[in-house]
Order: sequence, then structure tokens, then C-alpha cells
Amino acid sequence: MEVALFILIALVTVVSALLVIIRKNAVSSVLFLVLTFFCLAMLYVMLGAQFIAAMQVIVYAGAIMVLFIFVVMLLNLGTDQKWEITGPVRKWMGFGSAAGILLIAVLAFRGMQSPTTEMDTSIGTVSSIGETMFQSYVLPFEVASVLLLAAIIGVVAMISRKPVDATTVEGGNES
Amino acid sequence: MTWLDLLIAVACVAGVLGFISVVALVAIWTERKISAHIHDRLGPMETGGFHGWAQTIADMVKLLQKEDIIPDAADKPLFKLAPYIVLSATIASFVVLPFGAHLIGTDLNIGIYYLVAISSLEVAGILMAGWASNNKWALFGGMRSASQMISFEIPIGLSLLIPIMIVGSLSMQDLVGAQAGGFWNWGVFSHLPFAMIAFIVYFWASLAEVNRTPFDLPEGESELVAGFHVEYSGMRFAMFFLAEFANMFLVAGVAVALFLGGWHAPFSFLEISAESNVILHNLVGFFWFASKGMVLLFIQQWLRWTLPRLRVDQLMHVCWKIFLPFSFVNVLIVSLWIVLTQS
Repeated sequence: MEVALFILIALVTVVSALLVIIRKNAVSSVLFLVLTFFCLAMLYVMLGAQFIAAMQVIVYAGAIMVLFIFVVMLLNLGTDQKWEITGPVRKWMGFGSAAGILLIAVLAFRGMQSPTTEMDTSIGTVSSIGETMFQSYVLPFEVASVLLLAAIIGVVAMISRKPVDATTVEGGNES
Repeated sequence: MTWLDLLIAVACVAGVLGFISVVALVAIWTERKISAHIHDRLGPMETGGFHGWAQTIADMVKLLQKEDIIPDAADKPLFKLAPYIVLSATIASFVVLPFGAHLIGTDLNIGIYYLVAISSLEVAGILMAGWASNNKWALFGGMRSASQMISFEIPIGLSLLIPIMIVGSLSMQDLVGAQAGGFWNWGVFSHLPFAMIAFIVYFWASLAEVNRTPFDLPEGESELVAGFHVEYSGMRFAMFFLAEFANMFLVAGVAVALFLGGWHAPFSFLEISAESNVILHNLVGFFWFASKGMVLLFIQQWLRWTLPRLRVDQLMHVCWKIFLPFSFVNVLIVSLWIVLTQS
């Protein structure tokens, strides 16, 4: 039962991940990416990491994908958008990416261990993740949040610059 | 996981589907009656005899028979898929709602967090519907809906954190269990007034989450015809409608479970203890949970027919400049309170 479920989910994950890069229409690629993230979350649940799974759905399948879809829709990419690279550049890019994928595959298989039968079920609980994040790795965690804060302040500083002509933006409020 | 577990899971989903259908039937009828009485009209009076109680059933039968129109310019697979995604995300979130001591699909250890996560998938369905319809009003509706849902998820998450921090668990039954023994033990009244502020912020933000007035910009009949589902007809339209009313009950149910004592009665003598009769205990619990949910549902409808709609910039102002600072300060104060009283 569990194996059958795993095979089903894994198949859907791989097929939808492939469809992300095969489909020409940008919006349907993005929606297949949502499906891929959702399937990954289901795989996390099967590994006993429910908290990570919920996080995966909230952050990737929810928030980030919505922003992704917004960008794709607002840029109004049609099916006729083509990525044209011709000549020797294309050939070398093909070689390069193929070699990169091979390298990743080799590294992944080298690090692979045979699965152990007993599984630590407490690994995915909220308290174990909280202890890891706020005790062992509290410094990297805080550094990352400061980095994000800096990014937010940077964006606000960039967009709140006064326009060159002092014409006010239509529809905005007074501030 | 055995086949028996699978059978129980299927039974749970069937129960949830039955429950949300009944809730939607009742809620659509009350919506009509309440709107009518607020407008000083009578509303449906003919169908079924007593105050037109069978009006929604008749409408559902009508919708079932209607032709399923798919526009030529639509992105057909996405257009067909979108209502299913919205409805299945809604059904999946009902699975962790505690209707009674044992009446819960599954008591996950991350219950409330799972609920927030799975209901955020609904946005994808709404955006799909808006985009696939290939209609500018539908696209506007979808975009507005998505932007307000992801914005208001932040104050909702922060205000849900208050009861979670006070109880110290994410499991729905733990959160309800901590509020036993009379209404003065309910979540709203703990750590006064901070849990109450969290409840108020949650209730208002949840109105935006389910696209209700005063935050119903995604539908905005006077501007967008009907928003993201303007091109839908027949059964697919009925699915969007079902999901909308089910979501109204869902956000009310979360408020009840976390702040208003869940399936506990306001006074403990109104409950039947689990030792004397387990089945009756669950049924009485279900009664209290459903009636508290219905009261909140009534308040949602009351507000809808009383308040005007906000503008987009006012909506964002409410979210980012009022709800968010309040929620952040609230979380800080409550966590400080908990740390000080525990040590």
C-alpha cells in the first residue's frame, strides 16, 4: 500500500516536473510547478515530516507560486514567446547543461545510502524543528532574517524614490 | 496504512461533503432571507411552503440541468479543472475541523497549520479560473482575490498564533480541550484583552479571506459582473458557490475551535460527559460546534448586507497598516506574558 502510494506520487512528481520544462505555455508550466511542489509535500508527509510538508505547501505551492503566476500574467507571455539561440553558442550550452546534470546525478548516487528500516518519527515534529532552528542554528537563522529585512528595506527605498517630473501618481493616496 | 484506513478516509471525506452541502443549502437560504429582511423585503416565500425553505434545493436542481458552457476563447483544460481544485482544497481543510470529541477526520499534530497550508491552495484554483476564462473581468477578479488572500493570510496566521502559544500545541483537539468547563475558559477570554484582539483581527481578516463584504472586491458585482467565476455556468458554477459557502463555515469553524470553546457548551452542565454516553457526548458537542459556527455565519451575512465595499487601496491599508502592526504587537506581548508567568 505504502509502496504503491509512493510510486504513484513519485511518478506524478517526475512527470509534472518534466511538463514544467516541456510545455510551451508559461502559465501552464507554472501550474505544473505548483503540482510538483505539492507532490514533494506529499513525499515529505510519507517520510514523517508533516511540518516541513505544510511549510512546503504554504511557502512554495502557496505564496511563491502566486507571485510567480502574477509575474507571468502581468508580463502577458503568449504561446508565441520563443527563446532563440542559434549557432555554436547553442551547442556549447547543450554540452554544458548535459555535463552539469551528469555531475549532479553522479554526486547524488554516490551519496545514496540503502534505506534503514526503522524511521525516527520525531524528526518532523514542530518541537524538534524549533529546537534545531532556535538553538543549534540560531545565528544563521538570525543572519538570514536580517538579510531578508535588508532586502525589504532596499525594495522600499527603490520604489519610493521621487519621480523625475513631479507629477503625482494617479490613484495613490497622499503619503 | 491498511485498506481499512483507506475506507475510513473515504467515509470521512463523504461525511464532510455531505455536511458542507447541507451547510451551503441552509446558508444560501438564510443569506437570502437575511438580506431580504435587512432590505425590508420578504425574500423567497413560495417554494416548499414555510418561508420558501426549499428555494435553494430547487436552484440546485436547476443548476444540475443547465448546460455546461465553455467559452471558445478559454484555456479549456484549466477552465474545467479550476472548480475542482477550489472545492477539493476546501474539503481537504474540513478534515481537521473538530466537530466533536471524536467527530474529527484526523487529529493531526500540526492540525491548524495544515489547515492554513491547504486552504492557501485555493488561491491557485481561483487564479486558474480567472486566467483560463480569458475574460478581463474574470482576470481582474482572480488577481484581486489572489492578492487579498495572500495579504490577509499574514494577520490571520499571526492572530491564530495567540491561542497556539497559550495552549502550546498545534493539534485541533488539544486547542479545543484547553477551553473546557464554561465560557469563561474560552480562548477569547484568556490573557485579556490580547486574545480578544486576536479574535477580532482574525474574524475581520477571515472575511477578506473568503471574499465577503466589506472585502468582496473580487466579486464586486457593480464593477466586475461576478469576478473570477463570471464565465462559469451549470454545475461548475455550483461548485464555486458550494466552495464559497463551505469556506464561510470553515473560517467560522476555525474561530469557534480556537477562540469560542469548540464543541464545549457555554456552561458545563449543558454537556453530557463522555463516560456516561459517548455517542450522545459527540452529538451534543456537534450541536454546540455547529450552532456557534452558524452564529458567526449569521454575523458574516449581517455585515455583508450592512456595510459598503472598500476600495482596493483602503483594503491594503487595512491589512498592512492596521491589522499587521496590531497582530505583531499582540504576539510580542502575549509571548512576553507567557515567558514571564511560566518561569
